[in-house]
Parts: sequence; structure tokens; C-alpha cells
Amino acid sequence: MLNKNNTGSVIYFDNAATTFPKPPEVAEAMLHYIRDIGANPGRSGHKLAIAAGQTVFAGRRTLAEFFHLKNPMHVIFTGNATDALNMAIRGVLQTGDHAITSSMEHNSTIRPLHRMQKDGIIDLSIVQADSGGLLDPQDVRKAMNSKTKAVIINHVSNVNGCIQPIREIGKICRERGIIFIVDAAQSAGIFPISMQEDFIDLLGMPGHKSLYGPTGSGALLIADDFDPKKIHPLKCGGTGSLSDSIEQPDFLPDMLESGTLNVAGIAGFTAGVQAIQKIDSIQNHKQKLQSYFLARAENEIPNFRHFTHPNLPAAGVISFILEKFSVSEVAQILSDKYNIMCRQGLHCAPLAHKTLGTFPDGTLRFGFSIFNTKEEIDTAIEALKSIAHG
Amino acid sequence: MDKLKKSVILFHSTNYAIWAQNELQANGLPCKMISVPRQLSSDCGYCVQMETQDKPKAEQFLIAANIEFDRIDDL
Repeated sequence: MLNKNNTGSVIYFDNAATTFPKPPEVAEAMLHYIRDIGANPGRSGHKLAIAAGQTVFAGRRTLAEFFHLKNPMHVIFTGNATDALNMAIRGVLQTGDHAITSSMEHNSTIRPLHRMQKDGIIDLSIVQADSGGLLDPQDVRKAMNSKTKAVIINHVSNVNGCIQPIREIGKICRERGIIFIVDAAQSAGIFPISMQEDFIDLLGMPGHKSLYGPTGSGALLIADDFDPKKIHPLKCGGTGSLSDSIEQPDFLPDMLESGTLNVAGIAGFTAGVQAIQKIDSIQNHKQKLQSYFLARAENEIPNFRHFTHPNLPAAGVISFILEKFSVSEVAQILSDKYNIMCRQGLHCAPLAHKTLGTFPDGTLRFGFSIFNTKEEIDTAIEALKSIAHG
Repeated sequence: MDKLKKSVILFHSTNYAIWAQNELQANGLPCKMISVPRQLSSDCGYCVQMETQDKPKAEQFLIAANIEFDRIDDL
């Protein structure tokens, strides 16, 4: 889909952890900030500080447009999706609240929720997905009660790529006045997401996966009509605003962005989003690669078993095993002998693996990006065949 | 003489100052960012400077675009 740069003979299928390579514009934008601007945004009035502020603002505007948000001040930059989801979850849930999540969550969501439950702050319901990982929105509705404050759902599973019906769940939340928080770690940049049409109140995402920014970048998007005062800031400090006061600002984005931002990361993140905005067939590309891999693997690799939910659009995230082989052994051979990079194990999602029946052994995971090709899949198929034949 | 007079729009946050400057310029209202004059505010950031004659238009525009500002002062 895009030409690779400087990756040599390495085949990189660990894109669900972080994408690599990035579009060349990403490094160029970061270098431009570090080499030519370098200043702290929003803290001083000189030209370079203003240029740094413009760099950050361009990021807010780009993300707001991409996810159908009117107010760019409702884009909060974070270090990653975990930061954003903690900000949302721990920011809105208070003592005595009830929260709902699913059995397909990543630890970025389930750990903060579990911790709040363990500390006696909240009650938590975990809605069970089917054996392929798909949630029934009516099960989410049934779990709601008068104390339900928020529903937190992983849009696309980082384990098997299963895509959840967030619009239906969001509509139910909106009807009941319940805050809808979405983890878009694996979906942002692949599937269209609209804060308005999907009824999302708070949307957490990493910059470094399918939005092609660098590691250390992420964002929390807050719906235009969501009252920011419902979020209790986890972090307070310098914002460059209201400097005569020791009170934390109560307006966005300042109330949630204390401390100097990762401007180089934001520059790269913005360039990544702008690069994929020029491509209109990303999901189609992933669909082709995933279908091709699964068709060949099922026909040609002995003891191949995958955990993809049937009949759902492809996110390009595939979990599989070679029966009789440990996943760590296969991953090691793929890396050492064939230069193929993938991830094995539980992928920070123990509940999802329990749902799919792959706990505690875990799976091998291939995650495809805009840079991967059919030829790379052919190489991987031959490697897996060779391993499976012993 | 009025043409030479300058005014500044002050904001609670530099994030809004940058947003305002981008939108005002995009809509044909010339302006620039300057450091917040100490006699007007203790904030450490920047504000938007424009010609005083454009003040009513700018104010109207910012209100319509929902870009919050603190106040507009003449220099």
C-alpha cells in the first residue's frame, strides 16, 4: 500500500502493539519541531513559543476533524491510550457509582476499573461476550441500574480484532443518560469513528498505532456537549494559564493537560493522522491481507487454528496457534530464523483470552499495517508451514 | 488616527488565543500574537493584537464561533 523505508528484510507484523514503520512525514514533523522550534507551548510570548503552540493547535484541529468533534479544545493530549482511559475512568467515576464493561477489555481499562472496585469505590459489572468476542448490546442494557454512571467498551479487540457495535451501545447509554467511554486503541485510523453519530462521550486512543504517530503520544477526546466539570482531573499543575491562581483551571484543555506537553510527539501524531487522511482504502487493505492470510493458512498449515470472529469486518488483527507448539517457541523461531516480528502470549488482555478459550496459553498475534504486503504474508505462510512440519 | 490604535484580546488560556488567531486570520481579520502586556494581566502567555477599528467585528466573530475570551482592551 505504501513503500517501506529502512526496514530491510524485516517483516513487521507487530502493528497491534505499535505500528512500524511510520509514514516519512512523521519523523520529518518531529525533527522540524526539535530542530527548528523547540520551545514550550503556552508558557512564554516569544515567536518560538507561539510556533510550538501552533504545532499543538494543529494537532487538536486535525484530531477534532478526524473524529467529528466541533471544538478543538476538547482534544486532550496524553502519553498513550492508557493515560487517556485512566483520565476518563478515574475522572468520572465517584464513590457509590456503578460501571459496566465487557469481557473483551484490555488491561488499560479493566485494571483501573478493577482497582476502583477493589478499593470499594465502585460496583462493576462485566458483560460477557460470545465465544468469538462479540457483545450483545441488549446484554449491556440489562446490566444497567439506577447507579450506573458509565459504560466502558473496547471498540476493537487487541486480541482477535473483534469489532463491537458501539453505535448501538452508545445509543442505549445516551437514552439512559449514562456516560459512554470508548477505547479506540485498535480501531482509530482503521474504522470511521464519529463522536456525534456513535454517541461517544469520551474517546481514548494511542497516537502510535493505526494513527501512525510515535510512541508516547495519545489523546482523550471529549464530546462537544459533555460538561468537562464531570471529570475530576487526576493530575494538577502548571498550565500556562491563570498563573496568578493556585486553583487548577476548570476549562478544557488546560484542566486536563498539566505540565509541558510532548510537542515532538504531538507533531508526529498529527503528521501520522494527516498521512492516513490521504488514503481512502485502509480497512479494505486490511480486509484483503487478513482474508488472504486466513485462506492460505487454513488450507496449507497443519494444526493451524485462529480465533477471528466470523462475518465481521477485518481490523487486521489475527490471533492464532499452531496446535502442539508453544506460542513463545513459534514467535522466537519466526523472529530468529525468518525475521518476522509478531507478539505472543496474553496481550495484556486476560479476560479476552478467557472469553476466547485461549487462557492461559495465549496466542500468536499478527497485526497488519498500511505497509504490509501479500508477498510478506506469503513468506510468513512458508515459515509457519516449515515450523508446523517440524 | 483611530486606524493606528491597537487593541488586544485576552484569553484565560493560550490555547484559545491560538485558536482565535487562526480563525480570525482565516476570516480576513488581520491580527498577530504578542506577549500579554504586564499592565493588563499577570498571565505568562500571549494574546491577540489587532487594530482597534476591527474590535467590533472580531468580538462578534469570536462570540459566534464559541471561542471564549476574557476581554478586549485598548492599548
